[in-house]
Amino acid sequence: MQIEKKRSNLFVMAIFTIAVLSMPIWLSPLGANYPDLLQKFAIFGIFAIGYNILFGLTGYLSFGHAIFIGVGSYTAVWSFKLLSMNAIPAIIFGTLLAGIIAALVGYVSLRRSGIYFSILTLAFAQMFYNLAYSVLTPLTNGETGLTIAADDPRVLDRLFSDVATGGGLPSTELFGISMSGYSGFYFTAVLLILAFFISLKIFNSPFGLKLKAIKSNQHRMKYTGYNTRPYLITAFVISGMFAGLAGSLMAVTDPLAGAERMQWTASGEVVLMTILGGVGTLYGPLFGVAIIKYLENIFSAVNEAVLQSFFSFAPQWLNDALVVVITPFVGEGWHLTLGLMFMVVVIFLPGGVTEGFQKLTAKFKKSDKQNEIKQGGE
Amino acid sequence: MSNSVLKISNVNKTFGGLKALTNINLNIEKGKVHAIIGPNGAGKSTLLNVCIGLLAPDTGEVLFDNKNIVGKQAHEINQMGLVRVFQTPEIFADLTLLENVMIPALAKRDGAFKLTISRGLADETDIMKEAVDVLASIGMQDKVYEIAGSMSRGDKRRLELAMCLIQHPKLLLLDEPTAGMARHDTNQTIELLKKIKEGGMTKIIIEHDMHVVFSVADTISVLARGKIIATGTPDEIKGNPIVQEAYLGGGE
Repeated sequence: MQIEKKRSNLFVMAIFTIAVLSMPIWLSPLGANYPDLLQKFAIFGIFAIGYNILFGLTGYLSFGHAIFIGVGSYTAVWSFKLLSMNAIPAIIFGTLLAGIIAALVGYVSLRRSGIYFSILTLAFAQMFYNLAYSVLTPLTNGETGLTIAADDPRVLDRLFSDVATGGGLPSTELFGISMSGYSGFYFTAVLLILAFFISLKIFNSPFGLKLKAIKSNQHRMKYTGYNTRPYLITAFVISGMFAGLAGSLMAVTDPLAGAERMQWTASGEVVLMTILGGVGTLYGPLFGVAIIKYLENIFSAVNEAVLQSFFSFAPQWLNDALVVVITPFVGEGWHLTLGLMFMVVVIFLPGGVTEGFQKLTAKFKKSDKQNEIKQGGE
Repeated sequence: MSNSVLKISNVNKTFGGLKALTNINLNIEKGKVHAIIGPNGAGKSTLLNVCIGLLAPDTGEVLFDNKNIVGKQAHEINQMGLVRVFQTPEIFADLTLLENVMIPALAKRDGAFKLTISRGLADETDIMKEAVDVLASIGMQDKVYEIAGSMSRGDKRRLELAMCLIQHPKLLLLDEPTAGMARHDTNQTIELLKKIKEGGMTKIIIEHDMHVVFSVADTISVLARGKIIATGTPDEIKGNPIVQEAYLGGGE
């Protein structure tokens, strides 16, 4: 049983690795194989996987995780400005600083549970968002956002190579490999695979079980001899660091940081992704990310002209009618589609898309069995 | 003296103007099953909360294993070896029976906090075997992968008991272990309690079902209006006229 389990973990990781790295191939029929969208899949995948460690396992609903996205982004850009255009120090510092901020926010917010915890995290999110525009302007460059400049110090870069001064803006790189386009995607994809591996380890560990038990019955947990607070803070910090990594990767693929990344709607988005995909399941959040980011990029690009050509087979009057009916749901109105889809999922599939899959497979198995019985009878 | 597991001395507790407990002295001896009985409102729940250190008495002291436990947190008291079963079963309803029992076993081994992610749950073969054994002792070896929340109330209670037993507590505190149970379930629970008694575990049982109390207790203390009016063996209590009047319904 032991060996079997280990092998199955390895198997899961192998499948996952292949699936992620081959995304540019199998997503091309869906028109989603361009690097910009693929990078988003990977980055938000890391964000959602980390968020799921807190929300999915412990049940603590945070509305403040965009803070860590913001911290990660700003730190990464500062790393580009002060140290090097290399992605490695940027993501290391971004992740670590996000972890430290997460420890502070978590320490305070986790004094309460349930709705009070959620409100506290929301308050923190608003606080950081507003600070970025006011007191912290020297660090965040306020509304303009933090960008790199040609005359930044970049101490490490200048130390190891003679940086050509003048000319255009430098671009982010990984030991010479440019971090835009497909190479940028593969860099984020490798980190997504690593993040998934850590998440898999946590899900299958005693630590993960204890987090699930806290979600199930914290009262019993305390009377069972567990000090639940350090467990919750650890989960909060881990998820904050995942968010920090995601934030710094946003800066790696596009070296600028703005406070809008910390707005509470950004925190809300990850909640939507996690719920849509399936809270507390290993893969669910990734489905959620894929669905939302795909819709955001594909649906929002659809306009009247595209619809008209899509329905060109129909007679003109039907074509017009269809276009009129569907237009509000696409283009800028894609949020309407998202909202409706979210409602349908929450009402009919509280366990998200993952629950839908499970129900479907269960149905197929059942009908298979029935067929067998029928055949046996004949 | 050294035989005492829990020693409550001169405990008084008032809520507003109400004297909930008056001058309580209790000595729970090692290996004994001590029952606390009393009519509704006699102060049983207050006494129980004092016993586990949840409620600080106004005066007096509560020593568990010769250590003061007043004001200690729930997990600290559990780690000291004082484990309780609740009146309404407190289990992990979303998890499997096996996981429900593994969690307390891990608490016993790892302490109040330990971060393990390198070692998978599937590698914890010792803990798993222990958990299956404990589940077998309550007759649930066939249900290890069932979700705990889907079980009957009686089964949930027995599961909670198993969760406490796997920690091998120095003192087990049972708050009305058969409340709201059907006769059949009650009898099954009595059998289980008798079986545990043979293992020599020290227990306090708070109960109002006399059938249960007289079946399993070594010593009985009777609580009425916040005072202990008698302590003795089941036979002594049965024959005690004060108790009969106060509780067992001598008037009938």
